[in-house]
Amino acid sequence: MILEVKGVTKIFGGLTAVSDVSFNLSEGQIMGLIGPNGAGKTTLFNCINSVFPVTKGNITFRGQTINGLPTYRVARLGLARTHQIVRPLNELTVRENVMAGACFGRHNHHLADAARIADEVLAFVGLAPRAAMLASSLNVAQKKRLELARALAAQPYLLLLDEVLAGLNPTEVSSMVETIRQIRAQGITIIMIEHIMHAIMNLSDRVLVLNYGELIAEGTPQEVSQNESVIQAYLGDPDLAERLLEMERE
Amino acid sequence: MIDTLLASLTDGLLIGVVYGIAAMGLTLIFGVMNVINLAHGPIIALGMFGVYLLFTNLGFNPYVALLPVGLFGLLLGVVIYFVAVNRVIDAPHLSSLLATFSVSMIIVGLGTAIFTTTFRNVDYSLGTLSLGSITVPLTRVVSAAVALLVVAALYLFLKHSRLGKYVRAVANNRTSAGLMGIPSTRVLAFSFGLGTALATIAGGLIAISLPFTILSGGVYELKSFVIVVLGGLGNPVGALIGGLILGVIEGVVPVFMKTTWVPVLEYVLFVLILLVRPQGLLGAKK
Amino acid sequence: MKLWRNPGLWIALAIVLIIAVIPVITGSASTRETLFNVLLSIGLASSLNILLGYTGYVSFGHIVFFGLGGYAGFYLIDEAGWNLLPAALVGGLTSGLLALLLGMAILRLRGAYFALATIGINEAMKALVINLKFLGGPTGMELNFQTYRQYGGAGQMLWIVYAGVAVIALLVVMLSFFVKKSKFGLGLMAIREDEDAAEVMGVTAPRAKTYAYVLSAIFPGILGVLFFFKQGVIEPGSAFRLHMSIELLVMVMLGGAGTVLGPILGAGVYQILRGSLLTSNLHLGGLRIRDVQLAVAGMLLLLIILFIPTGAVGWLRSRSSFLRRVLE
Repeated sequence: MILEVKGVTKIFGGLTAVSDVSFNLSEGQIMGLIGPNGAGKTTLFNCINSVFPVTKGNITFRGQTINGLPTYRVARLGLARTHQIVRPLNELTVRENVMAGACFGRHNHHLADAARIADEVLAFVGLAPRAAMLASSLNVAQKKRLELARALAAQPYLLLLDEVLAGLNPTEVSSMVETIRQIRAQGITIIMIEHIMHAIMNLSDRVLVLNYGELIAEGTPQEVSQNESVIQAYLGDPDLAERLLEMERE
Repeated sequence: MIDTLLASLTDGLLIGVVYGIAAMGLTLIFGVMNVINLAHGPIIALGMFGVYLLFTNLGFNPYVALLPVGLFGLLLGVVIYFVAVNRVIDAPHLSSLLATFSVSMIIVGLGTAIFTTTFRNVDYSLGTLSLGSITVPLTRVVSAAVALLVVAALYLFLKHSRLGKYVRAVANNRTSAGLMGIPSTRVLAFSFGLGTALATIAGGLIAISLPFTILSGGVYELKSFVIVVLGGLGNPVGALIGGLILGVIEGVVPVFMKTTWVPVLEYVLFVLILLVRPQGLLGAKK
Repeated sequence: MKLWRNPGLWIALAIVLIIAVIPVITGSASTRETLFNVLLSIGLASSLNILLGYTGYVSFGHIVFFGLGGYAGFYLIDEAGWNLLPAALVGGLTSGLLALLLGMAILRLRGAYFALATIGINEAMKALVINLKFLGGPTGMELNFQTYRQYGGAGQMLWIVYAGVAVIALLVVMLSFFVKKSKFGLGLMAIREDEDAAEVMGVTAPRAKTYAYVLSAIFPGILGVLFFFKQGVIEPGSAFRLHMSIELLVMVMLGGAGTVLGPILGAGVYQILRGSLLTSNLHLGGLRIRDVQLAVAGMLLLLIILFIPTGAVGWLRSRSSFLRRVLE
């Protein structure tokens, strides 16, 4: 088990964002995390990589308890993450952005090695021609790739992807899906939050469904798509319900 | 002893109200647009000079002079907003801090050249008022009363007038306010002007009781910072209460220790609040 | 190391060196005085740049390190008979220590809150020193003129102090460059761009910020000792002048925050402009320019903030990739 999440609850003032969520994740898996908007998916991510402290519960990463550790310690243990709204280091170049990921990630590389790794990773995500440009000059799809590259440069064991496909056109989506497959092929475990159903269902080994902070279903993509409570939860959210039903027809 | 304490307490409360509206000016601007107006001090000084000039050269009653002075403060604020602040309102904090600071440099620079640094005095007295064993200059009482009137007027304005509601809407969420059709840039300019108007009025009130120069504003600006942090950045009621607290500290502490230790106490308190309870005693605007 | 071959470093060092050497060549005492102020400002502004430009933390009260270090060194020279060099080093260490202690507390604050806290600290320190008898209270301390004899008389002392300030300026510029090009510097700049994202990447922000704060405090402390030793007198008003702190900010912004060359250019231009304004006989609308020097500086700052926020060097670097490689 690379990740064990036990009874994690996160309460903000009066709002329970995440309620008693538990699951285990084996190495090398891709786990999809879906649910209507506001279900607590990003908050769960924020608990896992210790951006927020958990109100209740325990999170173990590769045998070590990580809830309660500062964010940067968790990162250095080999847990990397991308954000729903990308956060590039704007006034630094694309290469410098990725070097930062390499320098402060799992291996604590110095600049020379970090530069080498950065170039490799940039080639992998297809941003090599833009390496010397400022991060602020990229478009959204490129920024998402940069965010991904930065996370990969840290050479993580576990990668949390938060809506990495959002805002991409169908071609970009296919391309990114392929990249994610290649990442898994390198042995990196992935949890991905997504709304693009066909991608999630195609990529994931397992899917977790959150609604109002609670885990309402867990299983293979097939099992989950046929789950009554999942369909009901999504019918509360018309867009996703439609996509879910579309996917059923496929 | 009790008499001295009561006298100091009264003094402190009376001046504290005036400090309070000065601080309210600062906190209002921060509350509406997340900008710390570093020209606050020099603008207070301009208010001092405004009342002084109207009184000395045109024979205005200093309290009556507060009206045109406040109006001037409002207009000045609007101008400063459009010239210096509007362009950097969404930029990183440093930009607006330095923009307003540069305005302060301009005001102090021009003011020093025009008015020089000789001390000025508004030679106006209403005699003294005796409350039991305490005697206070009546001007201080009137100034405090005027300050409270201003606070009341501001409250009514923000709560009940259309423009006041716009100000609150923009303070709450500028994007939504804009989407609802509120002319947010103009409202922001007006809000800035409102903050500077409070500053000039406070300056005028202070000038009635104390001598001053163009550089005196700086002291009250620092006091305003302390008060605003005490009461909570962006919280007008907090500013008033913070002003009272600071006034009382300044009045009462010298009874127990050398006056020169009061600033040390003030600034250490300031830093401690920032560290321990940055939202202030009454809670800052989120 | 390849870094030593970077033209940016040598251009920056060359400029400082040329400035430093001019009065030695001309032998002019008045030029030396002007350039003393320039070199002092370069040292101070470049130090501030480490915190402001690289890490993105706006310190309005940075002058506190100049004043505190100055007081520490001055006290040792005046009361304990120390020599200038060790006293200067202790001044730097004292400031560094203050930064270390303070940093742990106030670096938790962000943006405007941090800026306000630095003002509070400067004012608190000034108010405290006014109350300390052993530091001379509100009137401060005055150096026994005989002390200068140890350095070959007042005239020679001025040259010695000048050399000291020049050396420090060169050291700070070098430090600035090497920090910028180091892994530590990359971490700082990540913090500047997005502190939370930096922590998610693994940057140990609290420790990195504290180191930056300490580094930015040490040289102002040393410079404080040199400056006040030369003045022969130190008192709270001149040691903790908030206004001077802000002038440093202006210099960094004018030249370009986050660059090595920026603070150098900014300090130079600002001091020379200020000097010429103070001595000029020009009139502007009935007012003598020298009296409105502050207002002119204010207008200059405003124009920069509104139209070229990255400062002169930042603007130049954005023009071409060649300039970006050559101007650090």
